[in-house]
Parts: sequence; structure tokens; C-alpha cells
Amino acid sequence: MLSFIARSIIQKTITLFFVSVVSFLIIHLAPGEPSQVDPLNPKFTPEMLERFRQEFHLNEPLYAQYIHFYKDLFTGRIVSWKDNRSVLAKIWERFLNSLPLFVVGTLLTWTLSFPVGIRSAIYRGGLYDRSVTFLAYLLISIPGFFFAYILIILVVTTLHVPVIGMETFGLDTSSWGCMLMDRVWHLLIPSILGATGGIAVLSRYVRSQMLEVEGQDYVRTAKAKGLPPDVVHYKHALRNALLPFVTMFGLILPGLIGGSVIIESIFSWPGMGRMAYEAILARDYPIILTVNFISAVLVLAGTFVSDLLYLVVDPRIRL
Amino acid sequence: MRNTQYPITDTQQALEALSAPKKTRLHELWALFRENRLAVIGLVIFVLFLLTAVSGVILTSGQNPVFDPAMVRLQEKLLPPFTRPHLKALQPAQVPTLGIYLFGTDNLGRDVFSRMLQGAWVSLTVGFVAVGISVLVGVFMGGIAGYFGHESICLDHILAILVLSAGAIFLFMGWIGTGAACMAAGFIYTAVCLFARTRTGQAQRRGIFRMRAISVDTVIMRMVDIMLCFPSFFLILTVVALVPASMYNIMIVIGLTSWMGTARFVRAEFLSLREQDFVTAAKALGVGNFRIIFRHMMPNAVAPVLVSATIGIATAILTEAGLSFLGFGVPPPHATWGNILSDGKGFIFDAPWLTFIPGVAILIVVLCFNLFGEGLRDAMNPKLRERG
Amino acid sequence: MKQHLLSVRDLKVYFRGRDTVARAVDGVSFDIRKGETVCLVGESGCGKTVSALTILDLIPKPPGEVMAGRVLFKGTDLLGLTEPEMRKIRGKQIAMVFQEPLTSLNPVFTIGDQIREAILVHEPVSPDELNRRCIRLLRDVGIPSPEERLKDYPHQLSGGQRQRVMIAMALACGPDLVIADEPTTALDVTVQAQILNLMQSIQESSEMSVLYITHDLGVVANIADRVYVMYAGIIVEQGTTEEIFSSPGHPYTKGLLASLPSRSRRGEQLHSIPGTVPNPAYKPSGCPFHPRCPTAVDACKVRFPEMIDHGAGHLSRCPVVKQ
Repeated sequence: MLSFIARSIIQKTITLFFVSVVSFLIIHLAPGEPSQVDPLNPKFTPEMLERFRQEFHLNEPLYAQYIHFYKDLFTGRIVSWKDNRSVLAKIWERFLNSLPLFVVGTLLTWTLSFPVGIRSAIYRGGLYDRSVTFLAYLLISIPGFFFAYILIILVVTTLHVPVIGMETFGLDTSSWGCMLMDRVWHLLIPSILGATGGIAVLSRYVRSQMLEVEGQDYVRTAKAKGLPPDVVHYKHALRNALLPFVTMFGLILPGLIGGSVIIESIFSWPGMGRMAYEAILARDYPIILTVNFISAVLVLAGTFVSDLLYLVVDPRIRL
Repeated sequence: MRNTQYPITDTQQALEALSAPKKTRLHELWALFRENRLAVIGLVIFVLFLLTAVSGVILTSGQNPVFDPAMVRLQEKLLPPFTRPHLKALQPAQVPTLGIYLFGTDNLGRDVFSRMLQGAWVSLTVGFVAVGISVLVGVFMGGIAGYFGHESICLDHILAILVLSAGAIFLFMGWIGTGAACMAAGFIYTAVCLFARTRTGQAQRRGIFRMRAISVDTVIMRMVDIMLCFPSFFLILTVVALVPASMYNIMIVIGLTSWMGTARFVRAEFLSLREQDFVTAAKALGVGNFRIIFRHMMPNAVAPVLVSATIGIATAILTEAGLSFLGFGVPPPHATWGNILSDGKGFIFDAPWLTFIPGVAILIVVLCFNLFGEGLRDAMNPKLRERG
Repeated sequence: MKQHLLSVRDLKVYFRGRDTVARAVDGVSFDIRKGETVCLVGESGCGKTVSALTILDLIPKPPGEVMAGRVLFKGTDLLGLTEPEMRKIRGKQIAMVFQEPLTSLNPVFTIGDQIREAILVHEPVSPDELNRRCIRLLRDVGIPSPEERLKDYPHQLSGGQRQRVMIAMALACGPDLVIADEPTTALDVTVQAQILNLMQSIQESSEMSVLYITHDLGVVANIADRVYVMYAGIIVEQGTTEEIFSSPGHPYTKGLLASLPSRSRRGEQLHSIPGTVPNPAYKPSGCPFHPRCPTAVDACKVRFPEMIDHGAGHLSRCPVVKQ
């Protein structure tokens, strides 16, 4: 057990190192000057440009820049090129904004897709299964931004509630309940949007896992014992079908950054995804690299956690 | 009881006449596929989309296209679908070919129908080329990892690669003399190594340079791990924002960031195929490695790759639309479904057709690829076939 | 003559394919008396397992479908029971032991969980009593230190021990009939013998009936009171074990017997029946065995053979072979 943990930590650290090198190279070898932070800004004189290059070690060779960058990252001194604010502080602030969106979306995904997927596996081929299947394909195939606009039109025209941004501006004076509802509405629509794709994919996966398990011999054994169908499905079959989902549990974390770019920019939600998008637009390399690094750490931590969880839940695996 | 002599030939003939009617594999596949009505609809729409895209690129390109997607008519802007143009306000060249704005016009008075036709080709090529790249890379990497995975890379290989790449970097940075020297040294070193190996044979491994460092499989699978660490849409966005905006760059970037699944899959398939008897038999007969890979193993792995490629096309079309939507897509004035939608989002209440027409078009095409791919997967699933 | 515990009458189970119907079981009748061991013998694919699963209504529907017939258990027709009524029979009165002990035990629950569950569905028992019964069951099937084994997962046991656990589970509620579907096929030969001895000793002590499904005539000779030989969904011969082995009345039975290795025929080439069992969707006309039959005459290709009584309960479905 200990050796497994030690081995995977070493392995993941090496992977992380290579990720940091690759992302650094991608960004620095791509055409375009990193110092062109804002070429249209008239205040950006050549002298300032020179000072800027000096300050951010841009005149030094690549490997030195790499070392400087990651030294700054680990000591927490790294700053944004755009506004000279600490990158980590910025990310933390945006992370807190993204968190409610992420939590609500994940809860929706995991609570809805399991009942739906299990039900359509048990009644496979029936009307319920077929309509759910079609709906799932529809939701997988719909472009997120298009779906967002449909929902916005629906909600704004029928319910007359504002949904753009995190809260309605200038509501400070209204009652406490009113403000709460306002926040809830602003949170709900983007969360639902973020969750739909996940619900569709996950429920399909639950269904296929469940079907696979229902065909196993031990399910027949359970039936032959005279167990009622609920026990057969929800104890014997489900417990086995759930095993692979434990591994997915660890992979939720990286979703914090990846999928939210489009939705956050449509809803003007000041979260991580939107910050990353703005950083890309502004060529703010420290932020891009830091976000990338953090998400790589999250992916690696996620796979590590899921490996450990698998050890716990599957009695067949012992180290 | 004595050993009775059975009339074997008669029996064999009788049994063959009785067994199930012979079908080719393709025929059987089609019979299974036809069962799935949604998948057949997907296939039909896919063919229609293909025809639209091909006719679209013919009709909208060239000096004097039949449908001009870039024709600006400011006096005719934001007209709803099925509007007839005001013939008096237009010059003869500006009149739409069909005599009607089938899908309406946008905020610059451009005919949305022509723009959709032009965009269909973009979606199609992005989908196919990006997935083509990802499948090629994935099959190559996965195939090598699965087939040659047990071979190790020795220190001398690493050294050769280091010297060669150092030479390449020097050349790239303009130090031609040093670079050329390095490259030459690298080539000579490689040649010497190869020569030494053929002379002494595989068995002899001595000296520090012949030490086994790491296996091919490890190298490739760690590369897959590294690639999987990047949040894919964010990575695509970053790279697309950094490289010059063009359709080909987008295809390449999408392709190069989505090969990992295929590689893992092909590797697993090859690992299990390698252990099977027909491959051992082929090896025993002295069949060469590449012939074994391409004649004996690849056909077994190709069907599932095809399925994931079909679904990959759907994903690539969605990704391209998302990039266009964020303004990183194919540069204007070339129309894509994503940027038609993106341009129209400002007029969502005044001109909803600018959002809905491209949105629904993307939805239908992506849906048809998904349904087709899933239908194919079901038809090829041996478990389902047994049950049928 | 003892009372029939189970009689299957003219059972037909078909599986619907896309454009074919597989007639897996095509008019099978057999009886099991109280305390008797009956063997159902035949090559794989001849409908033995489907017949057995149909008794407990465990065939997957769709595509399976019971077209005709009755399954009389203690006088009631099991095919007419509702699902909840059927559940009271399964495990409690008729229990089943499956072929693959590894896949037939649920990998994520302990042995104890799975046996306890089999008892608790049918009898409300106090936890202490439950534990005692589980331990006694495991001891009865010959598992050493049963207290500790209860906490084990299936993968921690050997193949033979797993099958013993399956048998313990089947015996948990003291059933009147145990259906054993090739319980020793997946095991080593030495373990096979142990399991067979175990089943025999349990049966002797408990007056239980056993329907034993196998393709192995060696096993049949060891344990069976009576034998039914199945081929392509029908019974081709039935009788006591001695009758079947000493004077087989059907060429298929003869072929099976001839393919057994025997000390008296040492040095000779082992006999085999040419060809395979026909695909149940494309059965031959007339006698289904005629394409593989050494004694087939032209009439066999068109006329479906009736059962011929040879006396003393020995019947066979071949008009050509004369005793």
C-alpha cells in the first residue's frame, strides 16, 4: 500500500514536471511577442517595453525564464502582466466565484443521472428507455452556447427574471429574501446548462454499466435465491455497476476549469473559466500557465484519489 | 460396441446444407445496423449533409459564385426568413439567386442561406480532417506502444536523439555551423550504433551505453498521461489564440489534442491481439512486423476505432463551433455556423433566426453523427449480436 | 412407486431472433420422484440448461418465450404462477447450483452475506440463529474453519470451495429439489470427484431430489438413478442408468457411450460422433439426429420418430435400432 502511494506520487510528480515544460514551451515558442501585452496602448513606449522585458526576465534564455517562472509560482510571488496583481490571489478570488456554479452543477449531474440511467437499464427497450436515450443524444449534441440562448430566451420572456451576471446590479436596498432569490436565479440557469451535458453522458454510461452487470451470472444466482427484484437490481447489480463510477469521482475536480469557459462568458460570470479566457485574449502568460499548472495538478490528484478509492471499494484488488 | 465407420463425407455435406445461411460480415453488420431506426436516420442525414457541404463549396466559391455569402446589402439587413427582396432598392448583381431570402439576412444584409452553405463545408472539413489527424496519431502511437511496447529504449538511442535535436535547435536558432556539426555527429553516431548492432547481434549488451533505460510503452503512455493533464478545450483555446487564425490551424490543433483515447484503445487491443494464436502463427511463419501489424492486427482493431472516430467528428464540429463562438474560429469573412451564430447573438430578440438556424443546423449534424456512431457500436457489439 | 415431485410435460421454449426462431427446447417431458437423482445428458447446445432455467422461470424474456407445456411441482403448474408466488418457490423449494462458481457468486459481497441473504428471504431468523445456520451449512459442505470463511470474499476461495459455497447456498432453506447445472464442469478432476461425493452424501441424508445436468457420462454412471438423454431440444432416450448403459436404444446414446474412454478398448482409436449439434434455428427435418446418424435410413429424413417403449421405463426415439 505504502509503496503504491510512494510510486504513484513519484510518477505523478515526473508527469507534472513534463506538463510544466510542455505548457511553457507551447506558449513561448508560439509566434507572437509575449511583451505585446497591449500594443495599442499609447503609453507603452519602447522604454517601458524594455523595462517590462527586464522585469519579467524576457531577455534571458528560455530555460532561465522557465526557472524564474516556476520559482515565482512556488513562492507565490508570481504576478499578472496585465495589472501586476498576484496571480494566486486573483485565481483564488475567481475560484470562490466559480465554486457555487461547480457545486450545484455537479450535484445536479450526479443526483439526476443515476436514477435515470438505472431506470432505463431496468426497463430497456421500453418507452421510457427510448425517450430518455433520444433526449440524452439531443443534449449531448446541442452546442452549449446555443442551448444557453434558448434557455435565456425562455426564462427571460416567460419568468421575467434576469439571469446574466452573478447578481442584479443595484439590488442592495431590497429585502433579504429578494436578494436571495436573485442570487438563486442567477446561479440556477448556468448550473443547469453546465450539468445537462454531464447528465446526458453520465446517464448513458450508468445505463450501459447496469446492462452489462444485469447480464452477469451472479444476478441470475440472486434471482434463483428468490430475492425480490428490488434487491436483485439495487443491491446485487447496482453495487457492481457502481465500481467504475468511483474512479470518475476523482475526475470531477478538473472540471472546475475546463468546461466552464463558454458558459461563464455567456453569462458574464466572473469565474475561473472567464478569467482564463480573458487571460488568453490579453496574452497574460503567467495566468495562463498558472491555470494550466493548477488544472494539471487537479487531474493528477484526481486520478490518484480515484485509484485509492478503487482500492477501497473493490474487494478483489489488494496490494 | 465396436467402432462403427461413419460415412463422413455425406454427413459433412448434410450438415453444411443445414447450417444457417451464409452471410458476409458486412452484410450481417448492415442487417444489425438497419434494426436501429435512429442510426439509419443519422446515416441519411449524414449523407444529405455531405451532399450539402460539397455542393455548398462549389456554389459559394470562385470569382462569381452562384450564391455569394459575402454580398453586403445594407438596405436589406435583418430580414426574416422567406422574405422577398425589394428589387427596386437592389442592383441586379445584388439580387439573391433564389429570388428569396430563404433563411433571412443578417445585420449586414448578407444572405444567411448562402452563408450556411459555405459554413457547412467548414464544419465538414474541420470534423473530418481533425479526426483524421487524431486517428492517425492515435493509431500510430497506440500501435507502437501495443506492438513494440516491450522493446526498450537504450541510453545510446536517447543520446542520439539528444544530439540530433540539439543540432535541430541550433539550426533553428541560426547557428548554422554548430547545428550542422551536431546533426552530422548525430547521424554518424546513429549509423555506427546500427552497424555495431548488426555486427554483434542483439544478444550482446554491454557497457553503459547499451543499458536499457525505459520501455517504448512507458514513453508513449506517459506522453498520453501528459496530454491528458491539459484541460482540452482550454488548451485548444490557448493554442488557437497564439497561432495565426486559420481553418487549417484549428483542424491541426483539434486533431493533435484528441488522439489520446484512440491511442489507449489501440494499445489495449494490440496487447491482447499480440497474444493470440494467429499472430504467433504469423510470426512463426516469418512474416515481417509491419505485415503482421497491417494485415493481421489492424483489421481487428479498425471497427471500434471507426466508431470512436464517428463520435469524434461530432465532438470536433462542436469544438469548432465553440471556438468560432468565442471569436477564435475561422477568420471572417469566411462564414462558419459558429460565427453566424456568434454574430447573431447581439440580435437575439430582434432576429432570432440568426441564432436558431445555425444552432439547429449544428445540433442536427452533431446528433446524426452521434446516432450513427452509436448505431455502429451497437451493431458491432458481439454480445448484442449473439442475443439477436 | 414413489410420487412425482416434478413433472415437466411437453415443454417448448423458443428464442426469437431477428428473422429466426430458435427452438431451444422443443417438446420435452421428464419426471423426478422424491429422493431421486435424475440426469439430463447431452452435448452443449442441446437445450439442457434452458429446460432447467425454465423450471425456475429464469430464462431471459425477451428473447426467450415458453410456447407450450406444463411444469408440475407438487401438483401445481409453475408456469401459471405469478412472479411473487414464483419467488416463494425459488431457493425455498427448488434451488439451483450453477456451472461457473466464480461468476455465479457476487464478487463484492462476502460469502456470509450471500448465504445469510438466501436464508433471510424465506425465513425470518434471529441473528444468532442465522449465524449458527450459516456455519453449520458451510461445515456440512466440508469447508474448513467456516467461522472465518464467512468473512471472505468469493475471490479469496479456491474453485472447489466456491462451488461448495454455492451448494451451501442452495441447501440453505432445505429445498425439495436441487437443480445442478453442470456443477463440476469448471473444476479440476480431483475436485470434481469431491463435489460429486458431497452431493451424493447430502442427498442420502436429506431425502432431497436432484436434477443433475451434465454432458459427462462418467458422472452419470456414478450418481444417477435415471437418465434422460437430450438431443436438439428433445428427449431421445430415457431409462434407468443400468438400462441406458447396458442396452442403449438410440444411436446418439450409443455414440456418446462409444466416445467414453474405456479400459477394455485400450489402444483403439477413441470414437467421436461426426459433426455438431444443429443450430436450434435450423433443425433438420424428420429425426433431428439423422445427418449424424450411422444407421439412418431414408424414412428418418422425413418422419419424426415417436418414443418406443422397451419396457421397465426404458424408452427411446429410434425406430431403426432394434433391441
